[in-house]
Amino acid sequence: MIPAAVAVQRPPDARLMVVDASGQVVHKRRADFPALVRSRDLVIANDAATLPASLSGTHLATGSPIELRLAGRRSLLPQHIDTFKAVAFGAGDFRTPTESRPLPPPFSVGDSLQLGPLRAVVRTILEHPRLIEVRFEGSAQKIWEGLARHGRPIQYSYLSDPLALWDTWTTIASRPVAFEPPSAGFLLDWRLVDSLRARGATFATLTHAAGISSTGDARLDAMLPLAEAYEIPARTADAIDAVRQRNGRIIAVGTTVVRALEDAAAYDGCVRAGRAVATLTIGPFTQLRIVDALVTGQHEPGTSHYELLRAFHDDSVLRRTLAEAEMRAYRTHEFGDSLFIVRRSPSAGTITATSDIRRGPLSEPASDSDRTAGRSG
Amino acid sequence: MANTSLRGLRIAITGGTSGLGLALVRRLVEAGADVAFIARRRSGIERVGQQYPDAHGIVGDVSQKDEIHPIAIQVLGALGGLDVLVNNASSLGPVPLALLADTECEDLDRAFATNVLGPFRLTRALLGSLAATAREGGVPLVVNISSDAAVTPYAGWGAYGASKAALAHLSRIWDVELAAEGIRTVSIDPGDMDTPLHELAVPDADRSSLKSPDQAAAEIIELIVARAARTPEPEATR
Repeated sequence: MIPAAVAVQRPPDARLMVVDASGQVVHKRRADFPALVRSRDLVIANDAATLPASLSGTHLATGSPIELRLAGRRSLLPQHIDTFKAVAFGAGDFRTPTESRPLPPPFSVGDSLQLGPLRAVVRTILEHPRLIEVRFEGSAQKIWEGLARHGRPIQYSYLSDPLALWDTWTTIASRPVAFEPPSAGFLLDWRLVDSLRARGATFATLTHAAGISSTGDARLDAMLPLAEAYEIPARTADAIDAVRQRNGRIIAVGTTVVRALEDAAAYDGCVRAGRAVATLTIGPFTQLRIVDALVTGQHEPGTSHYELLRAFHDDSVLRRTLAEAEMRAYRTHEFGDSLFIVRRSPSAGTITATSDIRRGPLSEPASDSDRTAGRSG
Repeated sequence: MANTSLRGLRIAITGGTSGLGLALVRRLVEAGADVAFIARRRSGIERVGQQYPDAHGIVGDVSQKDEIHPIAIQVLGALGGLDVLVNNASSLGPVPLALLADTECEDLDRAFATNVLGPFRLTRALLGSLAATAREGGVPLVVNISSDAAVTPYAGWGAYGASKAALAHLSRIWDVELAAEGIRTVSIDPGDMDTPLHELAVPDADRSSLKSPDQAAAEIIELIVARAARTPEPEATR
């Protein structure tokens, strides 16, 4: 696979690989996505807007230049804006791949950081010397102003040009709480949202503070995803109940939606409205309780996104999708091609819940009631 | 009644430190709304911020593309979401007013950047939040401040009138297109008001013949209350 090097959210030639419940792979255009959605389905997207989470500045004790990438926050409440988890980088910018960037100076608790107009203090060194908790000084209003005016979107070295903030906001972007864009949502525009409703499906959102996807440091990357705050609106929780009653599917737009919903349901299988922090890490042993299908990017093995796909299908199916993606030169990363993956049906020989009321209808082959899903694009 | 329905309503107003914008900030803060106001100059933001410490002042120029998202981030950071956006900041174009044939391109450009592109970009950046408000059962509203110069071809008001006409038509199209998302857009002509903008345009006007911005603000707030009080329509099913 090749990285998509240009920041176009909806390139007209974007492709969509479809993996159905039986593990069959077909290739479509991404514009065909609405045709995969059935009238009883519920499509849930992450409406988080992206913060300009990259802050350049100075470690005052040593005078060393640093870049701080904000990566976590305890809640989405606007006033909880003073304390962040953050990953520190040494000198340089996005043109240097993160794995080749120099290390930042060693931090001590109490160190001051000057980040443009913002002053922050290191409160805690977390599980890695570059993973720290910082606290910004000043009022919430001053902190929001400093982030909005001084922060830059986290950049990617595979892109040919620096990302502007508007490149990172999805069409539906609402509150600015994500640290990197919930990029599966790039496929959405208002016409597409309208077309989902025209098909009789329901469109709903949640807000999930998508954290950073990679740091270039193997030990740090192994800790990803960090805990991520999210909020599920009452209407979305109601829509989930309604779709389960009418045997429709729940289609997540993006891995962050999967994480939020499955985290919310981890206790008793029910998604309740409200705020929480996702700590659940989804992988091959996770039993999905809420999400039936996922539309996401093309992910490579070794990433937390790929691990999440392993909850949808076993490794033999995923290996086949990877081989297909390699052969057809699918584009990876934030602005790349897409993957629509329906979780395996029980008949595929995997362990699934038997008490789940949605189980029967959902185990139908994807093509059963969808005229287009089984057709090769 | 107005006080009850405005309490907690999250409202952002551009051009909020003088004239109609300032009158809106004052009345809305007094009615218990959660208000963010935007203006170009920090001195104006600080002056109004001292008067109304509960309102959130944001320094930003809506005519500048690069400032739109920083403004949107601060609006949403301050209010946590948005119910009403009032695109009020306006530019006359050439000052003193000039015949269209005498208008410099740069002055026309500035009028369109402030009166059309600015509201378009800011509304687009905040559309996700307004749609989220609708999905959660609210009745989001975009109010674009227009003028009778958008309808009547007054000599000397070419840049202003043409740009306000564009804004008014933009409002109508948006209102049609965004109905499916539950977002309404209205364009309002507040009448000739005794404001700094009017004084720039017509320095020797008889001020006693002009409407007070406070009265115009009261009328706009009445409209906001009427809209916000409406029962949300069931989700569009077209």
